[in-house]
Amino acid sequence: MYDQVAQNKRRSLLLIAFFVALVAAVAWAITQLLSFGPIGFAIALVVAGGSAAVSYWKSDAVALAMSRAKPADPQTYARLHNLVEGLCIASGLPKPRVYVVDDDAPNAFATGRDPRHAAIAVTTGLLAKLNRVELEGVVAHELSHIKNYDILVSTLAVTMVGVIALVSDFGIRFLWWGGGRRNSDDRNGGGAGSILAIAGFALLILSPIIAKAMQLAISRRREQLADFSGVEMTRYPPGLISALEKLRSDQTVVHSGSRATAHLWIEQPIARTEREGRLSRLNRLWDTHPPLEDRIAALREL
Amino acid sequence: MSVIVILLVLVVLIVVVGAVLAFMYNGLVKLRNKVENAWAQIDVQLKRRHDLIPNLVETVKGYASHEKETLERVVQARNMAMSAQGPEQQGQAENMITGALKSVFALSEAYPDLKANQNFVNLQEELTSTEDRISYSRQFYNDTVNRYNTKIQTFPGVFIAKRFRFGEREYFEAEGAARGPVQVQF
Repeated sequence: MYDQVAQNKRRSLLLIAFFVALVAAVAWAITQLLSFGPIGFAIALVVAGGSAAVSYWKSDAVALAMSRAKPADPQTYARLHNLVEGLCIASGLPKPRVYVVDDDAPNAFATGRDPRHAAIAVTTGLLAKLNRVELEGVVAHELSHIKNYDILVSTLAVTMVGVIALVSDFGIRFLWWGGGRRNSDDRNGGGAGSILAIAGFALLILSPIIAKAMQLAISRRREQLADFSGVEMTRYPPGLISALEKLRSDQTVVHSGSRATAHLWIEQPIARTEREGRLSRLNRLWDTHPPLEDRIAALREL
Repeated sequence: MSVIVILLVLVVLIVVVGAVLAFMYNGLVKLRNKVENAWAQIDVQLKRRHDLIPNLVETVKGYASHEKETLERVVQARNMAMSAQGPEQQGQAENMITGALKSVFALSEAYPDLKANQNFVNLQEELTSTEDRISYSRQFYNDTVNRYNTKIQTFPGVFIAKRFRFGEREYFEAEGAARGPVQVQF
């Protein structure tokens, strides 16, 4: 179990490294393709940096507002508060802010940038449908996201996807309007130059798609990791297993779930389409979470 | 000339090694304090349970006055735990509380009015989560001891630990079934 956690952490780091490499590649493509690259690129970087800063400081407020979460009253939601406090004692974390989303679909998420600035939110459906032990399993899963800094990783991932999309969009637009300049910019000379140009152009078009797929891969890894370290907290796998089974059999869809925040929740909040055959593997690329069956099976093996 | 260079290298080397040692020493002290704090946290949770018991007894009394014996056992166990000398005696008394609470909650099965009482329901939730916290704080204590012991037994911490007498800490160990949590019957 501990090995699996370490392995997952390594893989996530690798994915982040890929992200950085992709940003660098896009930057390279733009300077290759545009003669006036540096200035435009600098503007793009400033804009990207600004949005990154905002998302770092305000990501939790945005996520909570988007899902219409309200602070959980300590009296009304005594059980929830008690479970959060107990598990924080077990893991040595400061107690995060606790929120409730008024929604019949059972689901939960954690957000923030570090354990001191974190919040967890659960839906009223989750509180109604799960018993104490199951709820504890889910809360432990969310606290693991906080403890493992997944909340920061997913914030960074979202930001990096945004940066790549922004910069490549910028590049493509400049190419479109300033296309004529490429001919006069013939320093590389002949065939090699045009091959590089084509490669750069392809990279600009493909990079947002690659970035999105990577963000989702990170998200799927992190979900699995949080399942394991959540169980490490409660020392009771059956709690989370039976909670996930209830989530699986429940067909209600979170109303306030959007694609933008999908990766935050414990279960994918968007309705799954049944998929069969050859395309199903490809479709999985766009899932934020591994299939519940796989997660349950992995927990059973502990 | 070369003597000055050698001297400089030596000074830099000494400063670097000294800084590393100080850093490691501070890390060990920090972790040792964490162990102490984790131990104190267990007491905080035990005290919380002691504080909740009089309320529970008062509430149950109103509904099940002729179950005096069960209630008295809880009060007695609590008093024993509060006046206990040394961890062993306290451990025994805390086990008695756990057992006695178990029978109080079992009582509520026979008294539907008690079971429906909001105050009782709240107390039951509080005591159940305090029970959780006691075991979680013990778990956290053991996890912290594990980290501390590993650090002072492995390279390079072992050298500093030997030199400055950082002793190993003992784990909290539950003895037998008596240390299990209260089984709350719903």
